[in-house]
Amino acid sequence: MVSFITNLINGLSLGSIYAIIAIGYTMVYGIAKMLNFAHGDIIMVGAYIAFTVITTLSLPVGLGILFAVGGCLLFGIAIEKIAYKPLRKAGSPLAVLITAIGVSYFLENMALLIFGSDPKIFSSVVPFQTVAAGPFVIPGTTLISIVVSLILVTALQLFINKTKPGQAMLAVSQDRDAASLMGISVNGTISLTFAIGSAMAGVAGVLLCSAYPSLSPYTGAMPGIKAFVAAVLGGIGSIPGAMIGGLVLGIIEILARTYISSQLSDAIVFSVLIIVLLVKPTGLMGKVIQEKV
Amino acid sequence: MKKRTLTKATKDNFATIAMIVVLYAAVTIAAQAGLINSHLGGLLVPLCVYATMAVSLNLVVGILGELSLGHAGFMCVGAFSAAFFSKVTEASMNTFPRFFLAILVGGIVAGIFGFLIGIPVLRLNGDYLAIVTLAFGEIIKNIMNVLYVGKVGNSIRFSLDSSAAMDMDEMIINGPQGITGTPYDATFTVGFIILLISVIVVLNLVNSRSGRAIMAIRDNRIAAESVGIRVTRYKMLAFTLSAVIAGCAGALYAHNLASLIATPARFGYNMSILFLVFVVLGGIGSTRGSIIAAVILTLIPEVLRFIGDYRMLIYAVIMIVMMIVNWNPKSRAFIEAHNPFRKKEKEVQ
Repeated sequence: MVSFITNLINGLSLGSIYAIIAIGYTMVYGIAKMLNFAHGDIIMVGAYIAFTVITTLSLPVGLGILFAVGGCLLFGIAIEKIAYKPLRKAGSPLAVLITAIGVSYFLENMALLIFGSDPKIFSSVVPFQTVAAGPFVIPGTTLISIVVSLILVTALQLFINKTKPGQAMLAVSQDRDAASLMGISVNGTISLTFAIGSAMAGVAGVLLCSAYPSLSPYTGAMPGIKAFVAAVLGGIGSIPGAMIGGLVLGIIEILARTYISSQLSDAIVFSVLIIVLLVKPTGLMGKVIQEKV
Repeated sequence: MKKRTLTKATKDNFATIAMIVVLYAAVTIAAQAGLINSHLGGLLVPLCVYATMAVSLNLVVGILGELSLGHAGFMCVGAFSAAFFSKVTEASMNTFPRFFLAILVGGIVAGIFGFLIGIPVLRLNGDYLAIVTLAFGEIIKNIMNVLYVGKVGNSIRFSLDSSAAMDMDEMIINGPQGITGTPYDATFTVGFIILLISVIVVLNLVNSRSGRAIMAIRDNRIAAESVGIRVTRYKMLAFTLSAVIAGCAGALYAHNLASLIATPARFGYNMSILFLVFVVLGGIGSTRGSIIAAVILTLIPEVLRFIGDYRMLIYAVIMIVMMIVNWNPKSRAFIEAHNPFRKKEKEVQ
């Protein structure tokens, strides 16, 4: 029983990291209507920035996190401006999807050139090793991941529902043209979305590499895809959905890895997605959009 | 008497087929003349595989209008089933019939998978369909990595656990080590024939009654449904056919490798996405464009070899720039206006 609950907590921790990434995916999808395949690689960029600042330059951990988040934020805005904005009126959503893949290749290969292909050992940013609570011994990173993701999601919900820029984001996601007629700067709002999403990916990168300390140029790819799955599982475009999707996915992955088969855990995660989508074709929290003739 | 002329579509199809034949002839002559080094020669079969995959995916993405991100999965199924067939029959059959049957087996098994996966997948729409195909592709890759098939005497046994689970005399599919020692049957000529047949099949389909039904579904599903087109049936047709072609390409691929392993680099979503890049860059829906894009994008990293470590970075930049130049409305208008080769469309009275 104790080991089951420990696994559940580990799943919750991995799930909360997925949730942070998935929220970035879902926000960008909701507002720019594009699948940002480079989102996973932003995680890797964030982790490398933190690694450089903390380990290579031996600066304080706080500064490392700050630089990682800030760097990802700038990267996110720059990528949107350079690669995605020219294709916003391209007519085919596939065009920008392929460009996103190009950006993903670019980031991976840039990291490969700068840092080499050998995995770097990332030192955890969490100052305490473990926390004991009764019979449970919980790793510090696990606890921090869960707490940080809760804080981020709450802050994001407040931001979107209570502030003007947040309301503008909602408006743009519902109807871009109508929003621009109301005086909302669509370009500004999209930039803001990319900034927030990428900054969260930066946080996720630091957390992910604190929990799984091996850092390579391809570190972000698989968590990126898993988070994408989580976003779809929860209903793409919905922030609470992404949160729930991420947590569910993390828990299933850890439980499947422990109790069924470590090699088949990915297959099990993807099977769950397929089953959920077959029962509820728009995900757990997705809205059903009626097709009109 | 009315003079019979070729329709525009027929001319276009002939142009595509002619292009492939000319390319094949040119490469063969160049090889005879010794102009192709061994490095480039090793790329010829993969080139055919990728071009065939582009044709296959173009059928789903361009003609059926559904985004599939799991096509490498079908290629994986085709590759493993064909290699399995070749390994089992290696001792008892000659090269030619064996390889022919192996390709057939690869195509049919992938087709069955395509059909079975299509039943649930094609109920979904848009991005949800895309993610489910991606999920299926990853599941196939994952299962191939834990599948052990071996011979015990004359019977064949399989396990998802480990090779030690049953004492097998000879392993055929050895989990993460995959299949080793598949006969090297794949040649450029066979690749060319597979590509040519796939192109002819797809082009014929597009210009048939079924093809028009499929494109009607792509352009407006509800309208197509309301005029009595059976949407599910035609979607299944296109999806299954595409899987069959992908399976044949996989069979070809498997017979060009010393060891067939379901690595992410070969059969993961990255590969599926690469095929999608061919289709989109070649112009969605254009079979000829897909093939050209597949050839160019496979050759670019080789051409860029002289810049060493920077080549994949430059490749990524080329990809982004090509997409923006091709698809940005302003740059498109600029190209249209300044293209000296632009065909002048005649006004039809």
